[in-house]
Amino acid sequence: MKLRTWIATAAAAVVAIPLAVGSASAYELTVPSMDYRTGPYAPNGIPFANGWTDYWTMLNERDGGINGVKIKVVPCETAYNTKQGVECYEKTKKEGSGALVYQPLSTGITYQLIPKASVDQIPIHSMGYGRTSAANGKVFKWVFNFPATYWSQASALVKYIGEKEGGMDKLKGKKIYLVYHNSAYGKEPIRTLQELAKKHGFTYQGLAVDHPGQEQKATWLKIRREKPDWILMWGWGVMNQVAIKEAASIRFPMDRFIGVWWSGSENDVKPAGAAAKGYLSGAFHQPGANFPVHKDIIKHLYDAGKAPHPDFKDRVGEVLYNRGLVAAMWASEAVRKAMEIHKTKEITGAMMRDGYEALDVDEARLKELGAEGLTIPVKITCENHEGPRKVAVQQWDGKEWKIVSNFYEPDMDVIQPLIDEDSQKFAKENNITPRDCK
Amino acid sequence: MLFFIETVISGLLAGVMYSLVALGFVLIFKASGVFNFAQGVLALFAALTLVGFLNGTTPFTHIDNPAFAMPAWMAIPLTILVMVLIAILVEKFILRHLVNQEQIILFMSMVGLAYVLEGAGDIIWGSDVKVIDLGLPQGAWDWLLDTHGIYVEKIEMVAAGVAGALVVVLAIFFQKTRIGRALRAVADDHQAALSVGISLRTIWIIVWSVAGVVALVTGVMWGAKSGIQFSLSLIALKALPVLILGGFESIPGAIVGGLIIGVGEKLAEVYGGEVIVAMFGRWFEIDPGIFTATENWFAYVLALVFLLFRPQGLFGEKIIERV
Repeated sequence: MKLRTWIATAAAAVVAIPLAVGSASAYELTVPSMDYRTGPYAPNGIPFANGWTDYWTMLNERDGGINGVKIKVVPCETAYNTKQGVECYEKTKKEGSGALVYQPLSTGITYQLIPKASVDQIPIHSMGYGRTSAANGKVFKWVFNFPATYWSQASALVKYIGEKEGGMDKLKGKKIYLVYHNSAYGKEPIRTLQELAKKHGFTYQGLAVDHPGQEQKATWLKIRREKPDWILMWGWGVMNQVAIKEAASIRFPMDRFIGVWWSGSENDVKPAGAAAKGYLSGAFHQPGANFPVHKDIIKHLYDAGKAPHPDFKDRVGEVLYNRGLVAAMWASEAVRKAMEIHKTKEITGAMMRDGYEALDVDEARLKELGAEGLTIPVKITCENHEGPRKVAVQQWDGKEWKIVSNFYEPDMDVIQPLIDEDSQKFAKENNITPRDCK
Repeated sequence: MLFFIETVISGLLAGVMYSLVALGFVLIFKASGVFNFAQGVLALFAALTLVGFLNGTTPFTHIDNPAFAMPAWMAIPLTILVMVLIAILVEKFILRHLVNQEQIILFMSMVGLAYVLEGAGDIIWGSDVKVIDLGLPQGAWDWLLDTHGIYVEKIEMVAAGVAGALVVVLAIFFQKTRIGRALRAVADDHQAALSVGISLRTIWIIVWSVAGVVALVTGVMWGAKSGIQFSLSLIALKALPVLILGGFESIPGAIVGGLIIGVGEKLAEVYGGEVIVAMFGRWFEIDPGIFTATENWFAYVLALVFLLFRPQGLFGEKIIERV
């Protein structure tokens, strides 16, 4: 064979093989995984990403996918960087059979993806983070932020404080300070806390800490001088660990220091050691690996040698692992709902959105999923994308996290007007006519 | 008044922590004229390596094996050996090939080195937060707090002691030893040093090794506060205003610069809001709470103000070039 013939044959093969493979490939449920396994926030990004990925992989291994359709998880590294996150979205949205849902795991990335979601018709689930007013499904058709927003969480945590003080009327004259990450995420609860301060008569003061939060001594000197009764924290990454250590150093009582649910993982308390004992944080699911769903993950992935990250076995059940798992579990239920509604197994992003909006994972269904008691039941409607709006408080006992309170519902008299105001402002700025959900 | 004193002490001690980072930069800049952008990552890498040895972590698998856990007396020298190895590699693969190149090329090579080392640290030791247990004291100094009501952190007192000892050792090394004199000769004039038989390559390896040891101390001190994690590499940003203020070539400059920056930023953060309200409050309604999160940028403002009066930094050499 002459050289020219060889080259022509090789070129034809290069073109033909991918085409053949492409045409032969079957439909797959494509789920991007917006990971951050590198950079300063990796310690938090890794357990969440592993929980998210393990659940989908377990469905493939145990059940052969969902209703017989295999799931393809597409990881993309965002490094918790908004620009990289948007690049990940653009790179993965047409991957496989088309992305079905994005869990951006960053308020900054979520804000950037909100306008893109309606254009590309791919739903976003910013689970307990992101833009709070996206709870209004009439305006934010493509965004879901259940099981509770930052505003709801701030209100629920103030209710917890009220309960500990002996009633909401006892909050009058108290000082509640917020130590927050100086970013879109950290600033989310400020408006709510200001409104709640007016309503209940407590003094609110916000203290910002710049990224990454390695040095925050002056913030804690101020706290030492002004002696607030309670401190709330909206922190992330190293900011949490340093803050907990600083609080312990100035002898601030740990059982009066409450972090948002992104400031309440094992990573946050371990560097402080025994000094972190008693520290509190918000929660919407249990920690631990004692649920049947975890046993299935261990059996079908880790013991079978099919875990994407086998060295993580001992950490299955950590707080952020369970959060990633719960996010995947709700997403998989939205997939089932979408298939049911549209009577097809080959769903699109738009169909997935319908699945999310009809999501109803009650106690009975949680039990079937092997997650009874792991998290709260969720029911989503056209107008309410925030779902149950329930927040509990968990406490670090020096060895593990334990839920130590009931689930609190937020003060919707304060929150709802804020949601309406912000969502209407968004609708006006973006020429959106709110949907009629009747 | 007591609180003001406490703020100043905290500022001074925080400044010592910044000086520790700045020292590494100064050492390398003095000897080779290279602005070592990778110094923060060196601190991270050294601390990761030390924790890895202490925990018996198997490299690349990230699994702790207590059977291989080393005591501190063994882990610390081994980590220093690793830092020496890095110094040799840096000389062999980067510096040797860039002699007489433009400053910007050397700087970019250091940016590259920072990324390579950060990636290597991640691959070899993993990204999780690691707790370092060298028995360093934690929390407030109880006696001072209980008897005088002054809050000072024990770990920062230790850091101040360590930094002081480090400066004394470095001063003796530079002034009294043969290698130290050779280092100073290279810093003063590369070509003259070469002409009297001083090996530039050996000097570079030595100075990078010393900077590696300083990086290890820095990583341990900062890591004791927050756990060893990748954000540790960002402490380099804390050194830049110190260097601008103290001068890039002066060890006393790194110390004094660190102290000024530490005190300045703490006073600004704690009292800045009140000062602004006192000055403008009668004309405008100002929330003192808006003057928060200044710790990161105020240091640069302070350094730039100093630059207006002494462009070479407090202790930098004034360069006079004859035309």
